[in-house]
Amino acid sequence: MNMHAQQPQRTGAETALLEAYDSRLSVLPGDGAVTVKRDNALEVLKAGLPTKRIEAWHYTDLRRLLTAVPQHDASAVADKLGALLDGSAVLPVLNGVSSANLPSVDGVRFERLEDKLRDGSFAPALEVQGTDDAIGALNAAFVADGYFVDIEADAEIAAPIELQNIQAGGQTHSRFPVRVGDRAKVTIVERQTGEGAGLSTSISHLTLGEGAEVLWIIVQDQPDDSTYLGQFNAALGKDSKLTLFFMNAGGRLVRQEVRVGTAGEGSDFQLRGINLLAGDTHTDVTMVLDHTKPHTGSRELIRNVVTGKARGVFQGRINVHQIAQKTDAKMACNTLLLSDDGEFSTKPELEIFADDVQCGHGATVKEIDHDHLFYLKARGIDEKTARGLLVKAFLAEVIEELEVEPIVEALEARLDQWFATHG
Amino acid sequence: MLEIKNLHARIAEDGTEIIRGLNLTVKAGEVAAIMGPNGSGKSTLSYVLAGRDDYEVTEGDILYNGESILEMDPAERAASGIFLAFQYPMEIPGVATMEFLKVAMNAQRKARGEEPLKIPELLKRVKEAAGSLNMDIAMLKRPLNVGFSGGEKKRAEILQMKLLEPQLCVLDETDSGLDIDALKIVADGVNALRSPDRAIVVITHYQRLLEYIVPDSVHVLYRGQVIKSGDKSLALELEANGYAGVIDEAA
Ligand SMILES: Nc1ncnc2c1ncn2[C@@H]1O[C@H](COP(=O)(O)OP(=O)(O)OP(=O)(O)O)[C@@H](O)[C@H]1O
Ligand SMILES: [Mg+2]
Repeated sequence: MNMHAQQPQRTGAETALLEAYDSRLSVLPGDGAVTVKRDNALEVLKAGLPTKRIEAWHYTDLRRLLTAVPQHDASAVADKLGALLDGSAVLPVLNGVSSANLPSVDGVRFERLEDKLRDGSFAPALEVQGTDDAIGALNAAFVADGYFVDIEADAEIAAPIELQNIQAGGQTHSRFPVRVGDRAKVTIVERQTGEGAGLSTSISHLTLGEGAEVLWIIVQDQPDDSTYLGQFNAALGKDSKLTLFFMNAGGRLVRQEVRVGTAGEGSDFQLRGINLLAGDTHTDVTMVLDHTKPHTGSRELIRNVVTGKARGVFQGRINVHQIAQKTDAKMACNTLLLSDDGEFSTKPELEIFADDVQCGHGATVKEIDHDHLFYLKARGIDEKTARGLLVKAFLAEVIEELEVEPIVEALEARLDQWFATHG
Repeated sequence: MLEIKNLHARIAEDGTEIIRGLNLTVKAGEVAAIMGPNGSGKSTLSYVLAGRDDYEVTEGDILYNGESILEMDPAERAASGIFLAFQYPMEIPGVATMEFLKVAMNAQRKARGEEPLKIPELLKRVKEAAGSLNMDIAMLKRPLNVGFSGGEKKRAEILQMKLLEPQLCVLDETDSGLDIDALKIVADGVNALRSPDRAIVVITHYQRLLEYIVPDSVHVLYRGQVIKSGDKSLALELEANGYAGVIDEAA
């Protein structure tokens, strides 16, 4: 019998990844326990990248779409960015490498992830979350660096902490575990960007203690020829509150996964997201939210602007477990289509096993209102500016709900930048 | 200033002709009133002047300061000084009124090769204009026209007109929906704009407005044509006798 008839032939990307593993393993940080985890992750990859037959990847056939797998290029140079918010403590990972120069912030302990890989203390966290966790597997196999952020109980951190993951055209894999102690408060900014046709994966794990409050802002504006695969994981302690905001404004192939569990009673999760999709990007945001305790709430509001031949996906799955009575969950995904060739697919899923809950979802797709456009033009505002105003109006609500003036301004400035080049 | 010659215009979507050979001349310094029964094409004429692409001009021409504007898009027309106060101003969610005013004023300045207004100067002008129209400045923080009352929307139109200082003002039923005090305020606002180098076209159903804004000429529009023109006494005659006589006369 011919073995090849049973196992589909590997794609170029799959072969390149397996070869990269062979050549990189000896230089990747980690003791024996870490290597075991890496090898386990590799087994998942060997089974092949997920195709559209895998439900979680139905709209993003990674096996077909991932075509470029560059080598890690140790000599490539990436530059640290100016912080999104003034006064932030910045932790850059440049071309996959963290900085030894750790900032000092009262109530916060920073560690380089490379050190935690080397001493093996990070090995238990390199678990792949199931066979469809391709991002987890890719990252666990190759992760080289990142930062661990540990925030003391009761600390109210005034300065935002900004995690920068900046690729330089090669392959990079980073992680950002963050632990927020009981009742602590912090704003964390995550920047995913770079220059060149890189392949980068990045995984963050956030744990919120009792009553902790976190605002986490992801700004992804990779160049138009790069691949970005991200995963955000969070476990919410009792009465804690997490607001996650993301803005996708670049990348050719992008998947941002959001996996949140309300592990504590009374916890609250808010997701606000903006996808600005132009050119021939394929951008997928996939959320899985588990309400596992009673009296928890969540609301998701996603707004998408699609132009050119861009394709967007939002999959939002909310699982309300049987004991999670009094869950209040609402999800909305609205798309503004600016071109005939753009498209956006939305797949909301509610799996409800408790009987006393309030859950709902809604999705809309519309175009720019022709009459609104005429009204603005009739006041002398040119077509491009008028469209820009209307697009911003469509997105404004999501940003303004963040309510912190400097954050609203910084994000609106990012919007303006995107619109100046793609509007 | 405005010369409309044998204008024919139809609805782009289904080809229904609404303006059917319309002629009208309005000189600089003139205030012209247009009256006419419901559905006769008054608003359509105003939209065609502003360049709304739901309508197609199939014949005739519109000359503004001696030049055809048919090839100009709405923004160019506005920047060249044509202003339409809408019969039904549109609500635009998410666009703050103040922001809109700033963008509109500066867009027109840019088109004329002028520097953008600095924020303090802009605020000063907006405050002055809003004050003269008895408008609460707090309203300008709200999204454009969203939830404004009928009268507030009309006032907001006049506010824009004052700030943009157009040459040719077309007011489509700006008086309907206004209470008596507001009518006076709006009329004062319009009268303040009267000047030898500005023309004003007021579309209205009511003689009452024309007591405040006294027109130099009155035109009756019926089935897409101007069927009769006269001076302000024509409006009084219509008020007393309705349109039937004028229509019969023209037939
Ligand atoms: N976009 C359109 N689609 C369909 N019909 C239209 C459209 N625009 C105008 N019409 C029709 O054309 C005719 C003229 O309409 P218009 O609004 O210009 O009348 P008007 O003189 O302003 O009336 P009113 O005094 O009631 O405001 C009406 O019969 C109207 O229904
Ligand atoms: Mg009308």
